[in-house]
Amino acid sequence: MKRVYAKEEVCIGCRLCEVYCRTEHSKSKNIIKAHKKEFPRPMARVLVEELRPVSFALQCRHCDEPACVEACITGALTKDESGRVVHDEAKCVGCWTCVLVCPHGAPQRDLERRKIAKCDLCPDRETPACVEMCPNEALVYEER
Amino acid sequence: MSYVIIGNSVAAVGAIEAIRKVDKEIRITVISDEPYSVYSRPLISEYLAGQVKEDMMGYRDPSFYEKNGVTAMLGKRVTAIDPAKKSVKLDNGEEIAYAKLLIATGGTPFVPPMKGLELGRVMTFIKMDDAKHIEEMLPELKHVVVIGAGLIGLKAAESLHHRGVKVTVVELANRVMAAVLDTDAGAIVQGALEKAGVNIITEDTVEEILGDNMGLVNGVKLKSGEALDCDAVIVAIGVIPNAGFAKESGVEVNRGIIVDDHMRTNLPDIYAAGDVTEGPDYLNGGKRVMPIWPNAYIQGKIAGFNMAGVDREFEGGLAVNSIELFGVPVVTAGLSNTESDDLEVLSSVEGDTYRKIVLRGSMVVGAVMVGNIDRAGLITGLIRDRIDVSNMRDRLLANDFGYIDFPVELRKERLGVS
Amino acid sequence: MKTYQLPEVIIERDKDKCINCGVCVRQCAFEAHKFDEEGEVYSEDEKCVACQRCVSLCPTNALYIRDNKPFVKDNANWTAETQKYIWKQAETGGVLLTGMGNPKPYPIYWDHILLNASQVTNPSIDPLREPMELRTYLGSKPDNVQIKMVNGEPVIETKIAPNLVMKTPILFSAMSFGAISHNATVALAMASKELGTYWNTGEGGLSKSLYQYGPNTIVQVASGRFGVHSEYLDAAAAIEIKIGQGAKPGIGGHLPGEKVGRRVSETRMIPVGSDALSPAPHHDIYSIEDLSQLIYSLKEATEYTKPISVKISAVHNVAAIASGIARAGADIIAIDGFRGGTGAAPTMIRDNVGIPIELAIAAVDTRLREEGIRNKASVIAAGGFRNSADVIKAIALGADAVYIGTAALVAMGCHVCQKCYTGKCNWGIATQDPHLEKRLNPEIAAQRLYNLVRGWSHEVSEMLGGMGINAIESLRGNRLHLRGIALSKEEMDVLGIQVAGSPMA
Repeated sequence: MKRVYAKEEVCIGCRLCEVYCRTEHSKSKNIIKAHKKEFPRPMARVLVEELRPVSFALQCRHCDEPACVEACITGALTKDESGRVVHDEAKCVGCWTCVLVCPHGAPQRDLERRKIAKCDLCPDRETPACVEMCPNEALVYEER
Repeated sequence: MSYVIIGNSVAAVGAIEAIRKVDKEIRITVISDEPYSVYSRPLISEYLAGQVKEDMMGYRDPSFYEKNGVTAMLGKRVTAIDPAKKSVKLDNGEEIAYAKLLIATGGTPFVPPMKGLELGRVMTFIKMDDAKHIEEMLPELKHVVVIGAGLIGLKAAESLHHRGVKVTVVELANRVMAAVLDTDAGAIVQGALEKAGVNIITEDTVEEILGDNMGLVNGVKLKSGEALDCDAVIVAIGVIPNAGFAKESGVEVNRGIIVDDHMRTNLPDIYAAGDVTEGPDYLNGGKRVMPIWPNAYIQGKIAGFNMAGVDREFEGGLAVNSIELFGVPVVTAGLSNTESDDLEVLSSVEGDTYRKIVLRGSMVVGAVMVGNIDRAGLITGLIRDRIDVSNMRDRLLANDFGYIDFPVELRKERLGVS
Repeated sequence: MKTYQLPEVIIERDKDKCINCGVCVRQCAFEAHKFDEEGEVYSEDEKCVACQRCVSLCPTNALYIRDNKPFVKDNANWTAETQKYIWKQAETGGVLLTGMGNPKPYPIYWDHILLNASQVTNPSIDPLREPMELRTYLGSKPDNVQIKMVNGEPVIETKIAPNLVMKTPILFSAMSFGAISHNATVALAMASKELGTYWNTGEGGLSKSLYQYGPNTIVQVASGRFGVHSEYLDAAAAIEIKIGQGAKPGIGGHLPGEKVGRRVSETRMIPVGSDALSPAPHHDIYSIEDLSQLIYSLKEATEYTKPISVKISAVHNVAAIASGIARAGADIIAIDGFRGGTGAAPTMIRDNVGIPIELAIAAVDTRLREEGIRNKASVIAAGGFRNSADVIKAIALGADAVYIGTAALVAMGCHVCQKCYTGKCNWGIATQDPHLEKRLNPEIAAQRLYNLVRGWSHEVSEMLGGMGINAIESLRGNRLHLRGIALSKEEMDVLGIQVAGSPMA
């Protein structure tokens, strides 16, 4: 299955991936409203780590044997037929067990909604928002 | 020909999902003494607190059994196993034959002998019916005493508090969550509980439960001599493997059912998985009872694969706990509370946040985080994958520790970009 | 001392659109944008150099950089800029420094030269239907060619000097590693290979990782001899002796020590942190004979397998110099006009010294033809070429090929803010800061360069076809296809063209 891979050599640490991820996962899908008018604020599911000059974007790896799915106490995290690790927000109770077991530290705590937020590979798009909008082509969406 | 699973919680689901990856045909029967379709045990606290409704408690959809070709015999208890005949006997006299058997009966509350246990409103808190039972009593409860400040006891206390009941927790050790937290971390958690209005008594225990002339609880007497008025008692000292029924069958039982790294018991075609087992310990070698939700799923998965003929090895159980009490998140992983000459402890306390890393040589073997638990999994990953952290030591305590602190090649390998 | 200089630009931020994402804060190396304690972004106009990086990356288009021409009472002589320069020198006592090419409104002769097109009697050629030859050979051509027949096939007996072969008459001008980033040099090398043309290392030397692009690389031997060693010469397709540069004729080069990190140090063969000063003259070239000696030393060192080029600035006696260079044995003469770019040069010199490349090319081509030595060396024109029309006009004036420098940088993202000498190029081009350099993704930049030159080459083909010509060789020096407009007679005489409306002679 296709996943998002980061090329840290050309990541410029601008964090536009976070901006567009947040927008894509907002109610309005409008960049200005998503950032200024929606409360609680939508969460970006991609996280940029930086220690200049190194930086890279990081999100759920949709592992073949996901530790989070095996640890989830409510069954909110499952792996679907396409191989994606899917998070059912309605079932999530914010127990943070997945936060504790994911070796990449990918699930992020949404303290306002009391749930986690995790990359879903943008099911409504052909290419995930972060990949499409990166200004330096530092994210690729491909099968490896 | 069918595979029979005794137990209907997370280990059973792990086994069923593994078997079905490999074998869509073999019949699978699940026998459970509870009447419910598989549900998330830990959510009984959220249920009691009024935060989760019963129809949202399911760990899998009710259609799970049908979708996976599983016959669910609910509300039936297994009383004995006959390894020679390869069948199990139910409490209604029925006998169910098995080609392979998985014992996944989980744990049962440990209740030490004391006076007053037979009184009405003395309860334990590990299954759905316990939560419903307590919920029914809520109108009559003004003050409840919880014995034991472990994870179950504290979650019960928090849930009752949210329903407007005053709670006192009595704990034998000198701190709460003594099994996994040290005094520094324990103090922060206790502070949060007390700030919310929960009463905590440490270094004491309940010696006797007192009752009124209606046979209902009306107080407790502590070892220290203090007496407390209360309307109910929840015994939450601990959970032990629910293996009693299997002893006579010849299955080897120590503290729990002994299993090897393929989840096999000493008897052919009999496996065990989950809280009922005493299985391989990842960090210390040897065997241990490790009643942890993710371990139960994984053990179930391994058992299922092996039952279906696929050779899979269990790496060993890793103790991980995540709990949030009154807005304070606490996570622990591995050897979080051990002191030993071969272990090195790094810790930092900043106000209400606490972070501890336990090292054995150049590897992390344990961690505790209170308050700020973001990306804790990175540390768990270091423990699980036995990563040499010599180059990262001075960053392990940092709240923003991340992949950026890893050597480039290691990071790329883990992210799949090398 | 309090400065009288006002901010050159005002940063306008549309607060309704600004989402405080902080991309501008992170992307500005000049720190013109910052977060305040409440997490809102504010800007400091005086720090802005108007490179447009923040404007380009702002996801909501909330930023606009507005010119802040201060009010100065109408004065054609004492303009705002003139006053600003005086204040700057009054405050620092230093030499005014700047980057990129001459921005002053001297006449652009390209805009006074018009091309021909065919009609009726001389039909035009459709480049989509007929082959259009843009292939260009740079090097010395023999006076005549002796051919003998062998087995019915003609075979050239005359020994031909080494020539560079290019698929298009456009090459990338000399820009040194040190002035530009390593990623920029990689992009130039990659694009050259794809295009079948050449790039020039400038005086920065050649990184070992780029030796694989050697067949498309022209290396420079400049007055500081930075990075010059035998492998460097062996790796290249051609060697260029840099005598001068259009942006700063008569003076040498200066790369400040801050831009000399480990990689620049290794490639230039100088200590880390030391200023890289190229002296004005080569201290072993004080006469044309000395130049000839160096040319032949290089030919000997490379066993006469590579063309040797000599690069000069366009100055008043450029024609005589070019003649001398051709006779000294150079295979290629590169002439850099006064609009040529630079990473750093004194403002006064950049803006006032040298002559336009248009006049220089015409003068050189005429002179070499008059002396009967035009074939001895190819002529490359450089200095402010903006589009394919400029290129084709240069060839019609007599150039064999055209070097593009500034246009290549603009293609890669440069917005000509002229602050290259600070080393803080926000586009990752004129910087050695690894954090900034990452912004120039070599693959994307190479693609942009490729696209630009390909586009221009197609346009050249179209214009050639329009003139009824199907090979660039036929246009070379063919001044009859040019006409002047609004030029003085003397200018047209130098250019060797007639005024528009004159008949084809």
